[in-house]
Amino acid sequence: MASKKILIPLHENDVAPRFDLATEVLIVTGLEKSGSGDKRMVVLPRASADQLCHLIITENIQTVICSGIEDDYYQYLTWKRIEVIDSVVGSSNSALKRYFEGELKPGDIL
Amino acid sequence: MEKVTSHHTIANIGGSIRDLAGRDVAISSRINNLFDIPIDFSELLDEIAIGIVVLSLERKIVVMNQTLKALTGFSQKEFFGFDCAHILRSNICLHDCPALRINEKSGPQCIEGNLINKERQLIPIRITSAPLRDLDGKIIGFLETVEDIRLLRKLDDTASHAYNFNNIVGRSPQMQKIFQILPSLAQSDSSVLITGETGTGKDMVAETIHHASNRAKGPFAKINCGALPDTLLESELFGHRKGAFTGAVENKPGRIQLANNGTLYLTEIGDLPLSLQVKLLTFLDDKEVFPLGSIKGFTADVRIIAATHRNLEQMVSGGRFRKDLLFRLNVIRLHLPPLRDRHGDIQLLLDHFLNTLSTQLGKKTHTLSRNALKILLTYNYPGNVRELKNIVEYAINIGDDQQIRTRHLPSYLMEPDPFDIPEAAQQLASPLASIADESGFLRAQPDQNWPDVEKRMIMDALIRAGGRKNKAATSLGWARSTLWRKMNQYGIR
Repeated sequence: MASKKILIPLHENDVAPRFDLATEVLIVTGLEKSGSGDKRMVVLPRASADQLCHLIITENIQTVICSGIEDDYYQYLTWKRIEVIDSVVGSSNSALKRYFEGELKPGDIL
Repeated sequence: MEKVTSHHTIANIGGSIRDLAGRDVAISSRINNLFDIPIDFSELLDEIAIGIVVLSLERKIVVMNQTLKALTGFSQKEFFGFDCAHILRSNICLHDCPALRINEKSGPQCIEGNLINKERQLIPIRITSAPLRDLDGKIIGFLETVEDIRLLRKLDDTASHAYNFNNIVGRSPQMQKIFQILPSLAQSDSSVLITGETGTGKDMVAETIHHASNRAKGPFAKINCGALPDTLLESELFGHRKGAFTGAVENKPGRIQLANNGTLYLTEIGDLPLSLQVKLLTFLDDKEVFPLGSIKGFTADVRIIAATHRNLEQMVSGGRFRKDLLFRLNVIRLHLPPLRDRHGDIQLLLDHFLNTLSTQLGKKTHTLSRNALKILLTYNYPGNVRELKNIVEYAINIGDDQQIRTRHLPSYLMEPDPFDIPEAAQQLASPLASIADESGFLRAQPDQNWPDVEKRMIMDALIRAGGRKNKAATSLGWARSTLWRKMNQYGIR
């Protein structure tokens, strides 16, 4: 079973409303379907969409689950073959659960 | 009938969102006691063109109007009961929530920021948050208005880039001053008189004023007062009835009528005959037009913009222009400076026309050689911007490579120009230097005429260049061909 590396920008325990304003992110390395995996919190020195994109690339993230993201960054990440599920509103746990169930879609309100 | 009280209450809003019976409750929120029967609050909000959201005390969304739904991209079902920050997705919500600033004593709070909508667009917004109070003055929630200020930002950008206003290019202080006043001038409905030499851009400014005004959706009618004979001009301006004169086979509306709810631009107003000046004056006073041959007038709502290259004050004192008409047109006076006084604009305009015209003409010409640039920067431009544009267009058409060189410029630019004499004279040593005064202007001796001075200039340049014609031509600022032609003319061998 393939392992996935997912990043979620956080605002407290929720998916951060804005990708560019998030100062902490949750990186999850887990197995598809099973939902088991490692969770790691990364605190960013400052909110910056560019730095976050850099982190996503260097960490070899495969999927980003976020809420509001500017089109430029969305296009950049998808061009880099990173799956971006945006406009997700709800807690990070619910988002992850639904993602591993294979049911998370852009625009989902959890 | 139930008596209407002075307190109109919004039912089902306020307190904790958990106090509400369910999601449908907010949607069916009512305003009580405003009319005889309760009215639907959300429907009332939907009629308003500014985004509005009502928040509970915990800043959870209770109701949002249609404008805000369109702005954010979220629908009614999605946002109910969620934190405002997750739906609005504004930078303000996360760091400087205006609702949090509000306390029992404070009034509305207004902050500018941005939001990212579901279409992933970053939209500049202005949020105004006001407290909702119960009858005892206790805060029970918040009413926030969210304005899309993209248009305002665009206008700000236009103002800050003062060297380009609606295709009028310039960064000289004179033009910047004009760009700054144009937007506010456009918003007024007063008559405008634009003065300036030929080719300074009077027509463009008139059109810009029209397009930036509230009349932009109306027509822009232009008439050249100097282009038509008196009788024809009267018919053209005011229209005529069938049979008013020989050849008037049908009713014809005048330009004033055609410009109704728009702008009438009268160019070369200085050439308007005195008889028509009176008729125009009557229209400006009464706003009523009487077509030729008609006893029935009609009212026209028209803004007048007039332009001329003539000195109207002088014409008034000469009795060729009516003083009262000048006063009526001269409500707002806009004088466009000649290009020779717009320091720094020649280079900017050269680059601008080089880029736009080479694209239009399908050429790859993008640069000017140093000598060509020197000639163009020192030329006097009696025809102003129009002449400069024509020179660039000519050079692009004649040129066959990526750079415009001296040989591609119109030959008249290389002709000696009386205004260029100081520079030419300064390059020359005695004996001509001795007849240049302190200001650098070359003064001819009483017994000398221009051909004599020019001949001596050529001779002196040739002497200094040791007989080399190329060097002599360069020192005179001429092309070699011009020097050769003039040497032939003066019989210098």
